[in-house]
Amino acid sequence: MSNNSGSDILVTITDLSFSRGEHKIFDGLTMEIPRKGITAIMGPSGTGKTTLLKLIGGQLTPDAGLIEVDGLNVHQLSSVELFKLRKRMGMLFQSGALLTDLTVFENVAYPLREHTRLSQPMIHELVLMKLNAVGLRGAAQLMPAELSGGMARRVAMARAIALDPMMIMYDEPFTGQDPISMGVLVRLIGELNSALDVCSIVVSHDVPETLSIADYIYLISDGKVVDKGTPEAMSKSQSAWTRQFIEALPDGPVPFHYPAPPLMDDLYQMKGLE
Amino acid sequence: MFALLQKLGHFIITFFQRLGRGHVFLLQVFASCGSLLVRPGLLVKQMYSVGVQTLIIVVVAGLFVGMVLALQSYYALVDFGAEDSVGVMVALSLVRELGPVVTALLFAGRAGSALTAEIGLMKATEQLSGMEMMAVNPLQRVIAPRFLAGVISMPMLGIIFCAVGIIGAYFVAVILLGLDYGSFWSQAQAKVDLYHDIYNGILKSFVFGVIASWIAVFEGYDCIPTSEGLGQATTRTVVHSSLAVLFLDFVLTAIMFSK
Repeated sequence: MSNNSGSDILVTITDLSFSRGEHKIFDGLTMEIPRKGITAIMGPSGTGKTTLLKLIGGQLTPDAGLIEVDGLNVHQLSSVELFKLRKRMGMLFQSGALLTDLTVFENVAYPLREHTRLSQPMIHELVLMKLNAVGLRGAAQLMPAELSGGMARRVAMARAIALDPMMIMYDEPFTGQDPISMGVLVRLIGELNSALDVCSIVVSHDVPETLSIADYIYLISDGKVVDKGTPEAMSKSQSAWTRQFIEALPDGPVPFHYPAPPLMDDLYQMKGLE
Repeated sequence: MFALLQKLGHFIITFFQRLGRGHVFLLQVFASCGSLLVRPGLLVKQMYSVGVQTLIIVVVAGLFVGMVLALQSYYALVDFGAEDSVGVMVALSLVRELGPVVTALLFAGRAGSALTAEIGLMKATEQLSGMEMMAVNPLQRVIAPRFLAGVISMPMLGIIFCAVGIIGAYFVAVILLGLDYGSFWSQAQAKVDLYHDIYNGILKSFVFGVIASWIAVFEGYDCIPTSEGLGQATTRTVVHSSLAVLFLDFVLTAIMFSK
């Protein structure tokens, strides 16, 4: 097993293929994600962005291809080694994925209690610091059901950084947020990345927000990387995929119509049925 | 015809795939139970939720089942002048059959469905995925405590059901119908055997506890994480557990009480 833990690249994905039943989600996807900075993975809904995060985290197994995180082939690891690697990864789920029977404080303390032998006062201090970083120290005793969507994601963010990971994966962090919450999340992702100096992978289809914080962007569609570059380069890109995505055009390489036989064929078939 | 065969084949393959997944899952749960030695608090919490909170329905059902049994036994036996045997008849019926079976059916309806819904909802809201990504094994922290709590609680609930049922029968037979206090208890004590009847009844409850808890946690863990999938999983828990309990009761009775 190679170990390029000194390299500038933290995540290497090579010729990745993954299908769900008959539906091919990735077909020869290749990308490299640097050890520092914010890398955004963008693409239309249903292109498998969340699936890609689950593949990186070892929750799904690819049909073919290789995913290396910090030099470790994720899908060759034993479950003990995989869990060890995951301790160095933080993940923010779209729904927050907070444990609903625990308070905000206990949710953030959860990974600390599971994986460290820190004393109670130390855990208390650490949790309050993490919550303070996301502006929710005052909500420590609330239950997840009492939080708004944006607050739940901020708590999940505090939990994701509880063990000071080397990378944080954000799954659609801006989806369904009001402008204020969205602004808060955009600022937090940027600030946390700078403060912790880690690798942040942001999966999103919210163009302006993602362009404003990302250092590098991959645009995926049809199971492959269709364009990549810095936000400035992507803004000027002449790729039809990028133009359609950034300018929110209803038709283009991603067609308006779901694949179907010609309309007249369908209409005649209906007449035949009658 | 071909489509029918295709559907039948699909049904059979799906059935055996689930059965296989269920058995692998059970082995994984057994392997995860050891972690509860380090965190007994998780088990205690689940025993409260699975066992203690099922207690009321078990006590009330036990009381009325015992009372009805006493009444029916009295009406049947009084014609033959054998009404003194009401105590033993109720005690044997409860300890051998009704106690373990009715408790298991109540457990499947009350605690089993709740377990499936809770675990299924945790899956739907990505809490289980979240735990995995925090390097925490949900089988150890979520599934094993609930499974073991069910297995331990079921025999206790069964014993309580029988005890309350006999008290209910005593109330009807001795206090309401005026049967002799001494014959009610002495006949029951003389005819109910500790090993043959009571231990076998407890063993039945234990087996039902394993089956009902296994089905409940597996259905939750394996459900399709949508509202429809969760509803179907909860229904399956109650139906499959009830059928499995009734079928196993027949098998166990045939083995335990054959002469």
